Amino acid sequence: MIYREAGQFKTTYASDQQLFPILQDRVFVIGFLVFAFGVMPFIGTEYLFRAILVPFLILSLAAIGLNILVGYCGQVSLGTGAFMAVGAYAAYNLAIRVPDLNLIVVFLLSGVFSSLVGVLFGFPSLRIKGFYLAVATLAAQFFIDWLFARVKWFTNDSSSGSVSAPPLEIFGRVFDSPEEKYLLVLAFVCVFALIARNLTRGAIGRSWMATRDMDVAAEVIGIRPMAAKLSAFAVSSFFVGVAGALWAFVYLGSWEPLAFDVNRSFQLLFMIIIGGLGSILGSFLGAAFIVILPLVLNQLPRALGVSLSTEMVSHIEIMVFGALIVIFLIAEPRGLARLWAVGKEKLRLWPFPH
Amino acid sequence: MKTELRMKVAAAAMAVAGVLGVAVDSAAQSANEIFVPVLVYRTGAYAPNGVPWADGFVDYLKLVNARDGGVNGIKIAYEECETGYATDRGVECYERLKSKKPVAFSPLSTGISYALIDKVPQDKIVLITAGYGRADSVDGGDFKYVFPMLGTYWDAADILVQHVKKKGNLKGKKIALVYHDSPYGKEPIPVLEALSKIEGFELIKLPVTHPGVEQKATWLQVRQQRPDYVFLWGWGVMNSTSIKEAIAVSYPRLQMYGVWWSAAEPDVLPAEAAAKGYNGLALGHSAEKDAPIHKDMAKYLYEKGQGTAKSKDEVGSVLYNRGMLSAMLTIESIRAAQGKYGKRVVTGEEVQWGAEHLNLDAARIKALGVEGMMQPLKTSCADHAGVHKARVHTWDGSQWSYTSDWYESNSKVLAPIIKASADRYAAEKKFEKRDCSKEK
Repeated sequence: MIYREAGQFKTTYASDQQLFPILQDRVFVIGFLVFAFGVMPFIGTEYLFRAILVPFLILSLAAIGLNILVGYCGQVSLGTGAFMAVGAYAAYNLAIRVPDLNLIVVFLLSGVFSSLVGVLFGFPSLRIKGFYLAVATLAAQFFIDWLFARVKWFTNDSSSGSVSAPPLEIFGRVFDSPEEKYLLVLAFVCVFALIARNLTRGAIGRSWMATRDMDVAAEVIGIRPMAAKLSAFAVSSFFVGVAGALWAFVYLGSWEPLAFDVNRSFQLLFMIIIGGLGSILGSFLGAAFIVILPLVLNQLPRALGVSLSTEMVSHIEIMVFGALIVIFLIAEPRGLARLWAVGKEKLRLWPFPH
Repeated sequence: MKTELRMKVAAAAMAVAGVLGVAVDSAAQSANEIFVPVLVYRTGAYAPNGVPWADGFVDYLKLVNARDGGVNGIKIAYEECETGYATDRGVECYERLKSKKPVAFSPLSTGISYALIDKVPQDKIVLITAGYGRADSVDGGDFKYVFPMLGTYWDAADILVQHVKKKGNLKGKKIALVYHDSPYGKEPIPVLEALSKIEGFELIKLPVTHPGVEQKATWLQVRQQRPDYVFLWGWGVMNSTSIKEAIAVSYPRLQMYGVWWSAAEPDVLPAEAAAKGYNGLALGHSAEKDAPIHKDMAKYLYEKGQGTAKSKDEVGSVLYNRGMLSAMLTIESIRAAQGKYGKRVVTGEEVQWGAEHLNLDAARIKALGVEGMMQPLKTSCADHAGVHKARVHTWDGSQWSYTSDWYESNSKVLAPIIKASADRYAAEKKFEKRDCSKEK
């Protein structure tokens, strides 16, 4: 009923191929964007922006990047944290060594660097796949961790190995307040989500998906596995690298290699598994689940007026969070995005299920 | 399936409501209290060391309320936030507690301190990093809101070298630095490198990755290279593992020196008697249980069942004392601010003035009940640490006891390193330094 498409006729190819062919989806997405850009900056608190929305948006971007690689192209990667680190340190070095460069350019260039490194570590994917590839990308993680911790040039000879980002100045304007930072990140994420959505709908995305589903068959129908796999690594690392640069500059401000250790890679992998492999929406849902839920669980006892000791709250948070992951994966192994799709199907038939 | 879905939607709605609820709730704070946030880690890999520190910190705040009725009649409100020693969670805690108008944070983590250093000047909240944090932040010209009181890692590195130099010329000797591979562990390296050139010893750097249970290879290197001294810059389970590995490769404990965060009970107790002879820097205090302040703790808190620690025996342990002193420095900064601005609820900006004009002389230290636990401390714009002294204490198999006199770090060596580092920070961040000679 709510999602009924009866009467929505597509008379041109263009209207059939648009991003959201269903009117309700379009209305919802536009409404959501208007809310996110126009209303949110006025009603949100500083805590909401700085501690919840900014990390959520940036990790969503990284999750989209990883989803392109794992969800769409089927190349399992455990090196996401490392590619984020490449983006972060590339942005830092560009900003420090070429101070006149516009920060937007810095972020995009750092994505390019990350993309190059991603392709380099993507070469093994031409020979190996599955768990074996996961282990090969894990090597990237450890190597890059080591590189940034040991080679002093990357940290501008910082004595403690911790580096600090210069002020966020873009076109002569310093993005300082939480609202500005939020809007900056939101703009980045929206543009990149749009790019990702279009890439995955087009020829290149289809070649990724064909490679994922059955690489031999894909090769037979004329898809070059090398181009498909390496382009997936390149695009994925580009997204992840930009996310890393944003994470370092906008969210952390000052960081050490530990901020991008193997735990970050696992966290991102869990995001796309729980959110839904091969889905842009799933990347957002998964990021929300992993970033926001623990914070909510941590604050829930106090908000409900239950007084518990700090360590008890912390333990409950970990237990409930773990249990929820198991429950969600049992209820819907294909992730939260699939849950949403099922919900949409039901709304289409509502109120007369048959 | 349908009810299941409905339940999920309800759960999600509740979760969102929870977050928003907290955000609204936190704005409501009693107008007649000063809020002191407490960032702690009572869980995770570093909990054994984090718990006594947190207990000491909270106990002191409780004591001020129970014994004195607050600071000059203004009660102290506090709230714990668990970081798990993770920098991102620490930053989240900071943002969460910020809305309650806090005056001073003490994160007990060099990583979190680094992350907050850029944020505190904007928010006008004092960051007190007693005995840890960024060493060049003693320069108040750059770091207006950061106070590494009691001493920095660079003081510690210099003092350790002074101490071993007393045992004989260091020329041609080898010193191994076994360090936690994080900003905390790397902090002393520039000073030790500078000193190795001056004194002529060879510095061997041996990093240990978080959390520090895997050290076999490190100690094989120690065995191979036979350094004359080992400086241990560890935290948490890393320290006790180092001591056990030293025993395994029979490296003499007498030649091992920990920084003050590597010289507490949780570090030596796992090896207990076998750790005999292990040395560490004492940041003024060691494990003291009989100071007047501890009697007050017993009288006002533990006898009434109000204590934070699980057992009364923990009161007076090394890390408990350090947590307590951190809280004490926070309270004294508030008191100093009240001295200038009036006996009311002071702001973070006013407490910054207080922390910068702190003057704890011997008489004041005695009045606070911590005599013998710290040296007189006087801060200024140019020196945010206030005191640069430490002594060595040694584990005799069952307890810590002092085995050296006071040392003061050599400012001739440290001043140029601090200046160079602070200047570079100002250049990277593109801001003008505050001129300390013009500050009153």
